[in-house]
Formats: sequence, structure tokens, C-alpha cells
Amino acid sequence: MNEIETIAIELTVNGRRRALKVAPHHTLLDVLRDDLELTGTKECCLVGECGACTVIVDGRTVDSCLMLAVEADGAAVTTVEGLAIDGRLSPLQAAFLDKGAAQCGFCIPGQLMSAHALLALNPHPTLAEVQEGLAGNLCRCAGYQQISEAVLATAEGADR
Amino acid sequence: MSETYHAQAPTTTPEVGGMGHALKRREDPRFIRGKGEYIEDVMLPGMLWLDIVRSPYAHATIRGIDASEALKVPGVLAVITGRDLEAAGLHWMPTLAGDRQMVLPTDTVMYQAQEVAAIVADSRYAAADGVAAVLVDYEPLPVVVDPFKALEPDAPVLRPDRGPDKQTNRIWHWESGDKAAADTALAGSDVVISEDIYIPRIHVASIETCGCIADWDPVREHLTVHMTTQAPHAIRTVFSLVSKIPEHKIRIKTHDIGGGFGGKVPVYPGYVLAVVASLTTGKPVKWIEDRSENLQADSFARDYHVHCDLGTTKDGRLTGLRVRTIADHGYSDAAADPSKFPAGLFNVITGSYDLPAAFVEVDGVYTNKPPGGVAYRCSFRVTEAVHSIERMVDIAAHQLGIDPAELRMKNFIQPDQFPYHSATGWEYDSGNYPAALRKAMEIIGYDELRREQAEKRARGELMGIGISSFTEIVGAGPSHTFDILGIKMFDSCEIRIHPTGSAIARLGVQSQGQGHETTFAQIIAEELGIPATDITIEEGDTDTAPYGLGTYASRSTPTAGAATAIAARKIRDKARLLAAHLLEANPDDLEWTNGKWSVKGSPDRFKTIQEIAFAAYTNHPQGMEAGLEAVDYYDPPNLTFPFGSYICVVDIDKGTGQVKVRRFVAVDDCGNIINPMIVDGQIHGGLTMGLAPALYEAITYDEQGNNQAGTFLDYLVPTAMETPAWETDKTITPSPHHPLGAKGVGESATVGAPPAIANAVVDALWHLGVRHIDIPITPQKVWAILREKGVTA
Repeated sequence: MNEIETIAIELTVNGRRRALKVAPHHTLLDVLRDDLELTGTKECCLVGECGACTVIVDGRTVDSCLMLAVEADGAAVTTVEGLAIDGRLSPLQAAFLDKGAAQCGFCIPGQLMSAHALLALNPHPTLAEVQEGLAGNLCRCAGYQQISEAVLATAEGADR
Repeated sequence: MSETYHAQAPTTTPEVGGMGHALKRREDPRFIRGKGEYIEDVMLPGMLWLDIVRSPYAHATIRGIDASEALKVPGVLAVITGRDLEAAGLHWMPTLAGDRQMVLPTDTVMYQAQEVAAIVADSRYAAADGVAAVLVDYEPLPVVVDPFKALEPDAPVLRPDRGPDKQTNRIWHWESGDKAAADTALAGSDVVISEDIYIPRIHVASIETCGCIADWDPVREHLTVHMTTQAPHAIRTVFSLVSKIPEHKIRIKTHDIGGGFGGKVPVYPGYVLAVVASLTTGKPVKWIEDRSENLQADSFARDYHVHCDLGTTKDGRLTGLRVRTIADHGYSDAAADPSKFPAGLFNVITGSYDLPAAFVEVDGVYTNKPPGGVAYRCSFRVTEAVHSIERMVDIAAHQLGIDPAELRMKNFIQPDQFPYHSATGWEYDSGNYPAALRKAMEIIGYDELRREQAEKRARGELMGIGISSFTEIVGAGPSHTFDILGIKMFDSCEIRIHPTGSAIARLGVQSQGQGHETTFAQIIAEELGIPATDITIEEGDTDTAPYGLGTYASRSTPTAGAATAIAARKIRDKARLLAAHLLEANPDDLEWTNGKWSVKGSPDRFKTIQEIAFAAYTNHPQGMEAGLEAVDYYDPPNLTFPFGSYICVVDIDKGTGQVKVRRFVAVDDCGNIINPMIVDGQIHGGLTMGLAPALYEAITYDEQGNNQAGTFLDYLVPTAMETPAWETDKTITPSPHHPLGAKGVGESATVGAPPAIANAVVDALWHLGVRHIDIPITPQKVWAILREKGVTA
């Protein structure tokens, strides 16, 4: 077994503080999936082209395949597993369910994170703003319209 | 089989959730919580990783492989080469089309990104470092990229391993229809429209790539392969035949699959290498391809060079069709086509039209490209057929000065002609083509759009309207005609009703996002009155599911959906005997309504399916088998023929050549509908996967065979930004032979959309002298045409 020097980092993941020793070449995606067993964040292209690994780092969406874990030291990270509130689906998740926004489901965690970050920054997006906000997240089953509708419905629901 | 549904309002309550209810998908809660379990999420104790050395050359001799440095990389345990596999007789494997392809080469690489060696290591990073440390000495050979050049007499023979009578790059020649009749019809036509139409190589690019974990247990002598496959049982049989491991010692297990679209039907070398590595090490071995490997090496779709001659009278009555096609298969025919159909169902190219004569010939050709010929979310080669005929009909309309809608109406197979026998031998089950086109024209306001177009054209603006009236052909079997490597194309369902009235059903098909856990539960709910929420649907474990051929070519609803209905009806028949016992009545005096057997004329004397299920285990009559379960292997009597009419409106930017889809109305007819929300999602997805090749996607190669679309920066998958606001509607023409009257829908829109878009673009440019543009219709192509025609912004 090869020994690789590790570096100590601290992350707050989905509200919980985690002290970790990570290899310097491991990405945030590696650490979330392999060390923290948060496999909801998906791996696809590993070069920032598809958005399947999108997480929120200090309020901004990040392709976690492009960020080294050591770069995230001290950051607050939210993954799809952190969206539910007290174990219940968040309004955004519930809207995805209602609109039939998921098909194969593989891109959905990334879509949810981009949509969640968008609504946090812009609680009343137009359709065009939703589409732009999701432009970094490929969906090959191509339920884009249903996904956009779910985001708009969430924004509308938050007003009532 | 006499029962056929025609009613469209659901007959069950929302609580039961039978056919026609827009039930929320039962797989979605786990997906939206990040709790889906895809192959990359499966980790086994002691698991090793496999990574692959790939060729930078499209054609080269391997002079040597030096793995000594790779073996020094910490964590690298083994290197596997073609010579190692040759010793075990595993360096070649069969393709599903009955050709063969290399697992690893011993002497020659045949396409860029071909597998050359495999590294086994204790971590992914170590495996990748090992790959980088392997030195391969290549001597480049002449590259054949163009299939027409491949057929020239002086072209190098790419597959010398084939028999002495097959020392040519022509893989096969296939014909369908009546040549003499087509020739005569064309000779007697007032006008013959001829066109070359290229339908380029594209890739399904599911967001989840392919992967597996091979897990050989040396003590039990048992192999489990966790894998991304659309056809688990067929894979098990092929693995057994190739490896000689007895079939009962092999278990194929799928997990959630992140999109398939046809790309996860074939067996790729990576799967086989993982199995070899696990057999060698006695440990589980995981292989997950990366995105570029997926785009460069996995099976492609299409790559058809089609020449059509379409005959017509002066007033637009179509007389005959002749089609000559070159099919570029890369270095091996790895299509997933039924064995009697090397060009798939391409001869459905007469489309929605009453064409009295047709002749189709196709030549499969080898080139130095990745092997393949799988589908891209379409039934076997139907997209190629539909694109060709819909382009040809549009060219004919424009050339004759007849409105494209009018020409289609004039030539449609009429509703009273069904079952319709096409000139190439298909029996279309049912359809109402004029109704679908009329509906699409009404929704979009066709006449008004034509007026708007005339006004805009007078002002020099470029606006086009395109129609596609497609006919699909899906749901293979019937087994007397359809097989994959000799395995007949039926499909299956086994239902077990538990004593407390809930149930589990297992099927031989395999969902990759189609929502099977929901729709198949709805079929059982419809047939038995058990709430869909009380029914578990399980697929993808070959140890438990009945044998089936898997999910592709829109076959799940036509085959396994039918098997589910029939198995449920077998259970209902037994339930009748149990109810008669419980009610002390004659079975003939009972009638079935809404989940109950009741005594005719005494509706208060009844037993619910739940009460009957309990009795099947606690109070069944002497002489009757206990339990309440059934299995059905359904062999469809015919294919199903979904259809639709799409109308697209485009505006073209004269400055940039960009095509903007302003409106797109899709009227689909897939027969009776199981879950309208899922059908709508499937149509939306299919439309976007039709837009993609029409405007964006193509895999191209340079003269050295370098893949020019190996990343998502070069291969343009549409995002939410590019996707238009699809307007969907439907007509309903049930299939007369399917027990639920359903036809299948997953691929209709992928098939129907590209020609609607291409026709709209050409419609916008016809007055400039443009007859045809090959897809993808990129801004560069349109810009160049506009400049050539002297159009400026």
C-alpha cells in the first residue's frame, strides 16, 4: 500500500463540522463521496462540463470535481443530502417530485443544487433566468422544462 | 387477448392509481434526496480498480508494450495485454450483431481510443498513474475514414481476420422490397426527386457513463457483475457462452442506471477486462469509464449515407421509392440489431405514406472508427428512415409547388387502410395520420403562419415552417422474426401477491429513467385493483427476474407491459376460483369489477382481491395449489406503430446563420397511455434529443481518424438554454393487438423531431435555391449558404 502525505482540513458539511485528513490531490468530490460517503453528489465528466457534481460552497455553486479538497478548508459545503428539512423534502425537492422533473435521476442532485443556489440569490427568477441558472447542468433525459417549472413553482410557493 | 381498452378516462380511483393516472414517480423520492444507487456508488470490501490504456492512433501496428514502469507505480498490481488474453482465448468477443470485436488487440489497433491494455490497482489514482506509465510502440498504418473510399478496390482490407470470401470492407449487403416494381414505378413517374442525405454519427452521451464491478468468488466459483446494462439476461447468457462459466454461476445485477438510450446495450471491452481482472485476482474489480472514453470509444449511432429517389405525379401523388445506403459501422459491426435485420428496421422508410412500390438496399462498411451502430434513443435505425422520407416528401412538395401539409394529406395511409401492408413488408397495426396532422396544424395556426411567412419573405426576413409526420415501429418481437444472437425477443413478468394483499412484480426489462417502478405498478393496479403504492417493481437481478431481453427500441411497454397485464389476468382467473370457494358460488356466476369478484345480481356478495389473496395462503380449497402468483412470457403478435405529426417554426439570423426554433408543436399518438406525466416527460426528452442532432451534435473525424468531438465542449449536448418551449398534445389510436392498447413512446419524439426542424430551415431558404442541408444545421453551415446566395444581414 502506498503512503501519501495527508493534510488536515475542516469543513462544515450540511451544517456539521468535519475534521478530515485528505490527500493533496483529492478533489472535494472525492472527499464528499469517498471519505464522507455523501454519494448523492454525482461524478460524470471530471472537467467541469456537465454539472453533475455541483455543490454549494460558501453560498456559491461549484463543480466539486474542479476544486481540491484542501481549497475548501474552512468552507461551508451544502450537498443534495443537506436540502431536506428535518428529514422532509424541501419545497424545491417537493416541486421536483410534483412536476416529474426527474427521469434517470443522475443529474438531479446537481440540478437541485444549482436551482437552490439560484433561488437563494434571486428568489423571483424569470424563466430565462432559471434556464441560465441551470445552463451548467446537463440533463440527457432532457426534462429541462419540468425542471424549470419546478424551480418557478418553488419561487411562487415561497410567496404565499 | 380480447380485452382492449378504448376508454381514456381512468377507470380506477386515484388511490388505486391504474392506467391514465398521472401518478408521481415512485423512484423519484430517492433520486431527489441523493439516495439513488448508481454503479459509481457501489463499493465492495477489498475492491480494486481497473483503468485502460487507449490508442492515440486510428490504425497502427503494435510493435511492443512495455509495462515495466507501470508495474513500479505504487498501488499497481497487474497489467493485462492482448497477449495475456490470447493465452486464454479471450482477446476477441462476439458483438450482438454476430460480428466480433477485440477485447484487447494483439497486433493492430483499429480506431483512436481503442483499448490497448488494462491496469489493475488498489486505487483509482494509482490505476490512472499506471496507465500513464505504460509505453506502447506503435507503427502507424494508412487510415480509412471515408466509407466510400473503403469500398474502392485499392483500399486496405481492415478485417483480414474474416474468412477468405470476405476479404473486403463490405460487411454485408441487405435488400428489402421489390426492385423491379420500384424501378418501373420510378420510370413511369412524372417527376423523380433525387437527393443525398447524410445522417451523421452521434453519441447517446448518457450523463452516467458505463461501468461495472466484476466480483468473482473463487470459493463459491461464482461471478457477480454489477453493471450498467439495458439487457441483463442477454448479457448473462453471452458472458456464460464466452467465458464457459456455467450460467447458474453468473449473476448480473443492475442498480439505478443514469440514462441508456441504446448506449448501454452492447458489451464493451471494459466490462470483460474487469471480469478477467476479478477472475485473476479473486477480488472485486471496478471499472468506470470517463466522459471522453465514453464519447470516443463506446458505440455510436447512425452514420448513414442515404441516397433516395422518390417518384411522384405532377399533382403530387407519390408513386415509388428507391433507397441506396452506405452504413459506416467502424471496424466492427457492433449494432444491436436483430439478426435478420442488419440495417435494423430501416425499411420502414416508406413512412406514413401509401407508397405502392419501394426498394431499399444497404451496404455495411468497415472503417477505422469505433465499432457500433446502436440506437440513439430510437428503435433500430428508424430515425434514419424517418429523416430520409420526411426530407424527401418535403423536397417533393417544394419542387412541385404544393404545400408540404397538402402533399402529406394527399399521400397518407388512410385510417380505413389499417392494418396496412407496406411495400417493404410491414403490417402497420393502427393509425390516423390525417387527424394528427390536422390537430398539429390547428394548434400552431398553420395558415396564419404561412401568411406571416409570406409577409416576412417580402421584407427579406427568413422564417420557415417544417412538418414531420412520422411513423415509428417498436416493440420487437415477434419472436418468429426477431432475435438477438439467436435469443428470441419476447419479454416477461412474474407477479406474486402477498397474503396481506400487497405484491411484488419482477420483469425481464430494465429501466434507465423510464419510470418502470411506477408504470408497471399502474398496469397491475389497473388489472387487479391493488393500489399501485402496494406493489414493488423489481428489475435487473438475473437471479430473481424472469428471463427477458431488456429495455431498448421502446419495447418495454409493448412486450413486458403486455406480459404484466397477462400475468395479472392469470392471477385474476385464479382469484375467481378462490372467490367462488369463499362465497360458496359457482365461478361462472361471478363478475369482476374494480378489484372484486362479486356474485352477478348480488353486488353486496363479493370478495376483494386482498381478501382473496389472504385466503390463497390461509383458506384455499382442497385440491388447489396454495399461493397467488403468475408469470407470463409475452411474445407479441406484431410490432406496434406509434406515430405523430410535428410542426416547427424557425427564424434564421441572416447575420450569424443561427437557427432559432420559435415554436414546436408535437402531436403524438402512442395508443393508450399508462401515466400521462411520464409520457409527457418522455416526449419532452425525446424532442430535445431530436433537436440535438438537428442543430448541434455530430461526431466527426479528421483524415487521420482523430475524433473531433471527444468532450462536452466539442460535442454540444443541449442545455436548458437551447431547449425550446415544446408544445405537446396527443391523439389516441389504441394498438389492436396489445392487451392494453398501448404502443410505447420513449423514442417517438427523437425520431420525429429532426426532420421537422431540418424541413423548417430548408423551407426558410428554398426561395434562395436551397434544396437540402445535412444535419446538424450549425450556424456556420447556414452562414456559408447565406453568403454563397448573396444574403447579408
